Amino acid sequence: MMTQAASQDQSVIMRTEGVGKTFGRFVALKDITAEFRHGAITSIIGPNGAGKSTYFNLLSGAFAPSTGKVLFEGRDVTGLAQHKFAHLGIAKSFQITNVFPLLTTHENIRVSLQALVSRFDIFRPRTRLHELDDEAEALLERVGLAGHRHRLAGSLAHGEQRALEVGMALASHPRLLLLDEPTAGMSPEETRTMMDLIVRLAQERTVILVEHKMKLVMGISDRLLVLHHGELLAEGTPDDIRRNDTVKRVYLGQREH
Amino acid sequence: MATDLAFEANRQPSPMLEWATRHRVALASLFLLVFPLVMPFKALAVMILIYGLYALGFNLLFGYLGLLSFGHSALFGAGAYLCGIAIVHFGWPWYLAIGLGLVAGMVVALVIGALAIRTRGIYFAMVTMALSQCVYYLFYQAVDLTGGENGLRGVNLKFVNIFGFQVDFLDPLSRYYIICSFVIAALWVLSRILASPFGAVIEAVRENEARARASGYDVMLVRLLTFVLSGAFCGLAGALLALHLSTVPIETMHYETSGLAVMMCLLGGMGTFFGPFIGAAVFLLLENLVSVWTSHWQLFVGLAFMVCVLFFPRGIWGTVMERMKA
Ligand SMILES: Nc1ncnc2c1ncn2[C@@H]1O[C@H](COP(=O)(O)OP(=O)(O)OP(=O)(O)O)[C@@H](O)[C@H]1O
Ligand SMILES: [Mg+2]
Repeated sequence: MMTQAASQDQSVIMRTEGVGKTFGRFVALKDITAEFRHGAITSIIGPNGAGKSTYFNLLSGAFAPSTGKVLFEGRDVTGLAQHKFAHLGIAKSFQITNVFPLLTTHENIRVSLQALVSRFDIFRPRTRLHELDDEAEALLERVGLAGHRHRLAGSLAHGEQRALEVGMALASHPRLLLLDEPTAGMSPEETRTMMDLIVRLAQERTVILVEHKMKLVMGISDRLLVLHHGELLAEGTPDDIRRNDTVKRVYLGQREH
Repeated sequence: MATDLAFEANRQPSPMLEWATRHRVALASLFLLVFPLVMPFKALAVMILIYGLYALGFNLLFGYLGLLSFGHSALFGAGAYLCGIAIVHFGWPWYLAIGLGLVAGMVVALVIGALAIRTRGIYFAMVTMALSQCVYYLFYQAVDLTGGENGLRGVNLKFVNIFGFQVDFLDPLSRYYIICSFVIAALWVLSRILASPFGAVIEAVRENEARARASGYDVMLVRLLTFVLSGAFCGLAGALLALHLSTVPIETMHYETSGLAVMMCLLGGMGTFFGPFIGAAVFLLLENLVSVWTSHWQLFVGLAFMVCVLFFPRGIWGTVMERMKA
């Protein structure tokens, strides 16, 4: 295992080898081989229903691919249970906001931090984990929710909940952060704040971003993957993608509908 | 949901409430020590203790983890039977028999839990109910050990020896205080569990399984462990019931007993610390008071239950807590 990892190209953090996913008879994703560079922002784009979230779910361990392999830092993580991904250093936020609505924002983050430290301790008071409180405070500040520590997560505005979820993802100190349409349903102003946050977070870790609005990610991405009808249509730098005729056709075709 | 949340959007607790929460076990103990002195029937007070503990154990799974089990009678019944069998057939000392009842509750919970935790919602309720019926059948058939249909008779305990003191277990008040000490210890343990790091995990899993999983928690394991912990409380309650009644009726394991836990929890307030206890008290008091003047007591208890569910959906204690927070 170690030798395999060592022989792996260090500049690649995650790879998929011929992954596909079928739901019943429906083929949502077909034979995708791709690499994600260490330290980069890679965006997965494509029109609605292209298979972005399906691919995202394979990368983040929500379910196993029907075919192919997923490798993280050279290690085969295909079919590994979802909860183990967080411990490996992969964290995610969902396309549809997922927080703990009846816990306070602070508790939301603290419980996420706790997953790495103390999962099955049933007898010590949790207030003894002081360092977690401070760390949770710092994370809340990081995602712009410092003033809201006592509010129930379910009572936050949509944009704030999305920011909270990013904070929860950061709690596991991930080397790889996966975000599925982090700006979905946000106002233009909230969107700008979120994009700034993502750029700042990407200075310290690898980010993979799913987005269907191409314009939004062109400026910040180092590389892009374009999916269409479950297939990898194109891959490259933003300039490559902008010049690609097939991509143009797919996105223009979209607008005509 | 939205209005609910707006109502208690800011959950900075009042200092009074925080103090009361921190000392909830001490406050409950004080209350339980005085309780039998104001209760007309001591035996009823003991039943409230026992069923309160049973509902409390059930609430750990139902209110805190969010899983509705319809099979808790098997955990309660296993505790009662094993405690009784240890005394009747093997002559074990009472405290070891209680320990066995507690462990029996956990073991049955482990078996039922391992088979049921992969299902959710109504399926979980159905699977737990079916499995508890299997356990019921097993005990029903093992006539030599359990007395079958007639129940297990002769769980007689006249004196208990506590640190060299002989205490008369037939005296209602001393019996109350002996059983009460077990219940207070259980309350203390439960309070510790809820305040522990794992207590936070239980609530997180209830609130959002997918997020808990993505944050690194093995949700199946959390469910199983909580089920087993719940089994410990219910098994202990069962064991105390066997000692209190001197017999174990087969009905202890009947699915109606499972329904009782659900009802007590909803009545008192699911997911609150004292709710189930209050629910048990109200239910048993109503049953006793109403059955004195009419044999249709179930009708009245049912009506009271419906009024409660319709007008106080958070249960009696849940509503009180809500008012105090506001
Ligand atoms: N669990 C599932 N069962 C059946 N079909 C599914 C399932 N999940 C996704 N699909 C289908 O697979 C296709 C790709 O879905 P996916 O969610 O990956 O698209 P997407 O690119 O993320 O789209 P969007 O931009 O709308 O989020 C869609 O046609 C969808 O209906
Ligand atoms: Mg999607």
